[in-house]
Amino acid sequence: MVFLAAQVLPGDVGRRVLGPFADQASVDALNKQLGTDRPLITQYWDWISSFVTGDLGESIRNRPVSDVLFDPMVSSGKLALLAFVIVVPLAIAGGVVAAMNEGSFRDRLISVGGLSATAIPEFVWAVFFILIFALGLGLFPTTAQFPDGSSVFTQLKYLLLPSLCLVCVLFGYIARMARAGTIEALDADYTRTAILKGLPRRTVIRRHVLRNSLLPTIAVVATQAGYLIGGLVIIEVIFNYNGIGQTLARAATQKDIPVLQSGVLLVGIVYLVATLIADILYSVLNPRVRLGAAE
Amino acid sequence: MSLPGQPAPVGATEIGTTSPAAVGAHPDEARIAIKERLALLRRSKSFIAGSIIVGFWVLCAIFGELVVKDPLISDPINDLIAPSADHWFGTDKLGRDVFARVITGAREVLIVAPLATIMATVLGTALGLVTGYFRGGVDDVLSRMIEALLALPVIIMGLLIAVALGPSKTTLIITIGLLFAPIISRTVRAAVLTERELEYVAAARLRNERTPYVLFGEILPNVTAPIVVEFTVRLGYSIFVAAGLSFLGFGIQPPTPDWGVQVAEHYGVISGGFWWPVLFPSLAIATLVIGVNLIADGVASAFER
Repeated sequence: MVFLAAQVLPGDVGRRVLGPFADQASVDALNKQLGTDRPLITQYWDWISSFVTGDLGESIRNRPVSDVLFDPMVSSGKLALLAFVIVVPLAIAGGVVAAMNEGSFRDRLISVGGLSATAIPEFVWAVFFILIFALGLGLFPTTAQFPDGSSVFTQLKYLLLPSLCLVCVLFGYIARMARAGTIEALDADYTRTAILKGLPRRTVIRRHVLRNSLLPTIAVVATQAGYLIGGLVIIEVIFNYNGIGQTLARAATQKDIPVLQSGVLLVGIVYLVATLIADILYSVLNPRVRLGAAE
Repeated sequence: MSLPGQPAPVGATEIGTTSPAAVGAHPDEARIAIKERLALLRRSKSFIAGSIIVGFWVLCAIFGELVVKDPLISDPINDLIAPSADHWFGTDKLGRDVFARVITGAREVLIVAPLATIMATVLGTALGLVTGYFRGGVDDVLSRMIEALLALPVIIMGLLIAVALGPSKTTLIITIGLLFAPIISRTVRAAVLTERELEYVAAARLRNERTPYVLFGEILPNVTAPIVVEFTVRLGYSIFVAAGLSFLGFGIQPPTPDWGVQVAEHYGVISGGFWWPVLFPSLAIATLVIGVNLIADGVASAFER
């Protein structure tokens, strides 16, 4: 499946990003400079073949696209990683707690609260967090752009608020999946067998319930990687963080097509890799899939 | 037990339980089914709470202009005044009244989000009916195209489409409509896959009804419940995406009052202590989105068993 998606995606992104070129035919001078007055197929072929060799062309600001994109990718990676490190354990714990107390007040609080938090746009969370923690309490800076060469600790301090915004939006999805998976596993025959066997509750939860309930959750975490990138665009803009999201937003504003199309393709590749990693993790955790593949 | 209007388990028809076919055949029973759902809705606390919040913003969108100051009049001498009796929510950096802009800002998003969601629902329903009913080659081709479309984050796709077509309200509606259609079509397709195996569909086919009639006259009425639920859920996401794209400058354009645009224009002055032009529109978005989600929550529990 990943292979199929890989086959479809670059072609699709290429067509999609090249679509704008056709509409811009009026901007003749720029088009000539970019070579966009040639047929779409030729452009697409040139672009994709040089992309593979690592030559991403030049931005309209006359800087190589790969330079424009590389540092922001690393910066965004840091931010996304921090958000994931916080949200995944938190949301799984939340979902499992909600499932074990199904129907209780705590369950309602986690489920409804999580979903409401998910629905509120990232920049709204950003505003709330900046007002409370940065301006109100003065604990954190209002931007995410840490000074060059600052220590890991300082970087964390700068990145905590932006990643918290992403955590708020992601928490609901992941917690909901963890909750649904756990409820299903708690109802399953093997769980009843384990309890009837007299195993301690902790062991039942850890070895029988969690192991089964977290599988669909991991799949969801991977699909959220796609969302996360979209969220990064907005968060990086409001926190003025020089990541891939802000770079893409700026490229879109300035109609810097070479940066935009390569950036989008990179984002697509990151998304694919995330899906691939999820597939691998899934098979590591689920012996059924592993055995099926070995046969 | 099967409620009227819900798909009966296969085999239940023989023993006289209400079947989906009967709902299609007897408008009376269909009406009873709708009534029961509405009764469930009226008793749902979250639906009532959500309706009150959303109702408030709808009133603001329609009548707000008559009550508050002109949201477009700027008064550069009185810029960034803190909230006071004269300006309840203060003024923004052009000296415009923030309260007026928050109240009238409901209008654009309440035009864009529902229109986009309706477009997505109509497209997605048609797509879902066709892919679910025909399966085979048609389904494969359309489903692969849908997967490719969903391979990129919505906001990134929104950026690309906005760059291609130029940012405007229409672009925003079309973007969200197109991006959400495949998501809705997947839900509809799943519902159609079970419906198409039921006897009333076979009966319609045996009566030699034309395919469009079978799709829209027979199957569609029986998959309305998931479609309604999906519509309310997507409405919340539409507001989310519309606000996000407007914030980035690829949605609703200034000087039109819009919450996302307001935040975008003023988050730069927040570190100077000017919190009011940013906080109030943010709160407005948060309440509207929570209201819509509460409605969606109520609708989902009333329409799904």
